[in-house]
Amino acid sequence: MNLYLEFLTALAPEVIVVATALLVLLVDLVLVREKPLAQRVGLTGAITCLGCGLAMVWLALVPCSAHVAMLAIGPVTQWLKVPLLLLTIFAAVLSWNERFTRHAGEYFALLLLAATGLMLLVSSDNLLLIFIALELLSTSLYALAAFDKGSLASSEAALKYFLFGGMSAAFTLFGISLIYGIAGDLQLGVIEMRLRGHPAEPVFYAALVMTLVGFAFKLAAAPFHLWAPDVYEGAPTPAAAFIASGSKVASFFVLARILLSAFPAERGAASFGSYLPGWAPVLMALAALSMVAGNVAAIVQTNVKRLLAYSAIAHTGYALLALLADQRRALSALLFYTITYAFTVVGAFAVVSVVENNGRKASLADFAGLSKRAPLLSFCMLVFMLSLAGIPPLSGFFGKFYLFTAAAEALPKLSLLWLVVLAVAASAVSLYYYLQVLKQIYAVAPAPASAWPRPALSSSVAIVLLAAIVIVLGCVPDLLLGKISELLKTNPF
Amino acid sequence: MLAWTIYISFLGAAILMFLPGENPLPARTLALLAALAGLACAVMGAIECHRHAGAGALTDVANAPWIAELGIRYHLAADGISLVLVLLTGIAAVAGVLFSWNVENRSREFFALYLALIGGVYGVFLSVDLFLLFVFYEVAIIPKYFLIVIWGSTRREYGAMKLALYSFVGSAMVLVGLIAAYVVAGTKTFDLAELAKVPFPAAFQNWAFIVVFVGFAILAGLWPFHTWAPTGHVAAPTAASMLLAGVVMKLGAYGALRVAMTLFPIGLHTWQNTIAVLAVVGIVYGALVALVQQDFKFVIGYSSVSHMGFVLLGLMTLTQIGLTGAVLQMFSHGIIAGLLFAVVGRMVYDRTHTRDLAVLQPMNLNRVLPFAAVTFVVGCAASMGLPGFSGFIAELQVLVGAWQSFPVFGVLAAVGILVGIAFTWRVLLKAFFAEDKVEARPLTPCPRISLPERVGAVLLLATTITIGLCPGLLLDLITPALNSPLMQPLWKAGMR
Repeated sequence: MNLYLEFLTALAPEVIVVATALLVLLVDLVLVREKPLAQRVGLTGAITCLGCGLAMVWLALVPCSAHVAMLAIGPVTQWLKVPLLLLTIFAAVLSWNERFTRHAGEYFALLLLAATGLMLLVSSDNLLLIFIALELLSTSLYALAAFDKGSLASSEAALKYFLFGGMSAAFTLFGISLIYGIAGDLQLGVIEMRLRGHPAEPVFYAALVMTLVGFAFKLAAAPFHLWAPDVYEGAPTPAAAFIASGSKVASFFVLARILLSAFPAERGAASFGSYLPGWAPVLMALAALSMVAGNVAAIVQTNVKRLLAYSAIAHTGYALLALLADQRRALSALLFYTITYAFTVVGAFAVVSVVENNGRKASLADFAGLSKRAPLLSFCMLVFMLSLAGIPPLSGFFGKFYLFTAAAEALPKLSLLWLVVLAVAASAVSLYYYLQVLKQIYAVAPAPASAWPRPALSSSVAIVLLAAIVIVLGCVPDLLLGKISELLKTNPF
Repeated sequence: MLAWTIYISFLGAAILMFLPGENPLPARTLALLAALAGLACAVMGAIECHRHAGAGALTDVANAPWIAELGIRYHLAADGISLVLVLLTGIAAVAGVLFSWNVENRSREFFALYLALIGGVYGVFLSVDLFLLFVFYEVAIIPKYFLIVIWGSTRREYGAMKLALYSFVGSAMVLVGLIAAYVVAGTKTFDLAELAKVPFPAAFQNWAFIVVFVGFAILAGLWPFHTWAPTGHVAAPTAASMLLAGVVMKLGAYGALRVAMTLFPIGLHTWQNTIAVLAVVGIVYGALVALVQQDFKFVIGYSSVSHMGFVLLGLMTLTQIGLTGAVLQMFSHGIIAGLLFAVVGRMVYDRTHTRDLAVLQPMNLNRVLPFAAVTFVVGCAASMGLPGFSGFIAELQVLVGAWQSFPVFGVLAAVGILVGIAFTWRVLLKAFFAEDKVEARPLTPCPRISLPERVGAVLLLATTITIGLCPGLLLDLITPALNSPLMQPLWKAGMR
């Protein structure tokens, strides 16, 4: 009985979110079935936000540290759930004004289930539970991507996402089963202990690569990135925002956890000219490919959502550098970078969704002259785009700076400098396409005689908040970085 | 006091951004007030600093911890060199506002971006924490892009994007160098004074120097990375070209001196001759190309490349007099180029709507716009380096320094000056005084030169003449700064 109680307290935030998901379904079914769609979306969306808010309050008030069964919950994981829930709330707020579906309850329930997947993903140190959480997350996201049933692109995106995702999940599962066969356990700490002192066998490397392939797919790292542009473009915009943000933060964190706590000895070396087998050279190749492929392909995009997808691929490449970086800084650089990136990209998608709700598409031309119509919105888009490009004083700049410094510090010093140079060069290229978007917004005259209704208040507030976060974290990075390093000082996982 | 130059500019930009209404008058008034306040702060701060520390050592303006994790501090300080450039920025800012008094289209945003650019420039000149310096350096890139792409003229999208990408590539190179220096030093600080004490290994310095130096020098118009400058200047609206040539190119030269040369003296020694060659090529090439241009603004654009070559050559002499000349040339060229661009862009182009010298020739501009003609004549005299103007003292010092270090380059640079006189003469005749040769076709409806233009022109002319007559005003700031402890490694590496 005690064990269950312990479970319940350790998982209370997840329990709250799941309960909210059920509540949303119930309310939609029983109370507001016959009401107009706007009311149903409003009510269920509000409940979603409240549930996530409640879970955040719980996380803030009840400190919890537990290693029960497959869970490994510590201050870091508990803290990380706060930004994840915040991202879910933002995605829910964006969905408030969307009218793409009649199934309001199901939509928000799926969003909450995906959030549960995120939270479980970061709280586990057991490969099996990690896999299950990953599947919970992915399955919910497949369904979310397909939610715009009237749109062919949405269905195509979801199918593509699902087929690629299913394949890569199979790879991951195969890799995990091989690791189990070698180490005889699925607990990350135990795997590390069993592998210690044994020279790795070829089959281990096969297992490692297979596991990494699954994650590379999830993170949209080249060459496993092909699904991303279609999904970002086809999926309903709030769902795309969620896929691009929360899922990335959690996946990066859990990848770091697996690699750093189960396979620290199998790191290998990615130093220029003196490679050693292990996961570091694999990540190095993924990072280099993603940076180049993402940035080059983004140059020719004419659809802002596709552009954001390719930029996301490039950003995955930058973030992968963190895992290769100096051990002391790897996690803090990774967390700062991915969290600030997630907020930025949600903001960018939010602006796109406002433009789309005004009866436009998301092509570059649809943004022409936006600054005349909606100056505040345009300014926020300016902030998001420049932050993605890495222009100070926005958070994207410091994130990159910190990340590159950490990578350059990896021992032996400057051994990864060539990757840093590649990353810096790639981000210089990226300025071009971000400026293309901003040029449309600020410099091109708007199409004549097109009405521009005011954007919904909730979206405006969310966008302004996100822009404020991006600016403040760029000017005073210590607000976030201080917290992260304080948490990591005691116990990384 | 000096720090307020930065805050006032950014505050002004922020207020303008959210100012309601489309009426240009409050916007330009506010911008002028902000620029004037910035100039006042710069002058008062300069006097204050001068009195306190005698301009030798770095005087702290602000110093507070910023990002603890990497040991980054919000550290602003000034010595004589930065003071000279801060003063230049203040004067150029005021003149730029005066010469954009006629901007009616989206004037609020225009002046907001303008002030943001000015704030970034002030910030670069006052930062001693290299992270902070880099932040301000990049902050200045984006306003430039928008100023050109929205309010520009000839091929503005091309010019703006080229400028933005060149700047960003340059700053990317600087970023690599800074991160590498931070890691190699291992002292957990980006403070310039601290890093300058670190004896970086020679092999490291050799590559780090050239990466950081070229990264900065791209913005200073170092040949062959100068091509952004003419196209950018031509595409930009008047105030933006004035700032581009007047202060933004100085950002590059200042960064090259302050960061690359101060941190990596051994690397500097290795590359000294190579860069001096590039600088001389820039001087001569810029002047020769300017000689054959048909577009009035291209002439001034290429002359900027040529004049900035003197700055880079002066830096590479590594002699006291050469470096003094280089810093003085930064100031002098900032004022003179601003003046020439103002005449071309505001006084002539905004009235005639052409910059083609062949079209301008029959217009009899010296009759129609006498004030513009007089201003341009005096500006050209200053640009040619006639005695009595600031350019004379600066270029003379650079030449003397070059003669001491590498006589051949000194001669070649002097040839560059001769070509400079030729192209200046040519453009002067073609644009204003061609009445004898061609049948006159005067410009009929021509607004008179307005009061703001007159005030701006007088401000710039007075500055260049004052410095030409009493160079001591600035030399008193520059010389002690060059002898400060911070610059000692430089002398040890290259003193001849």
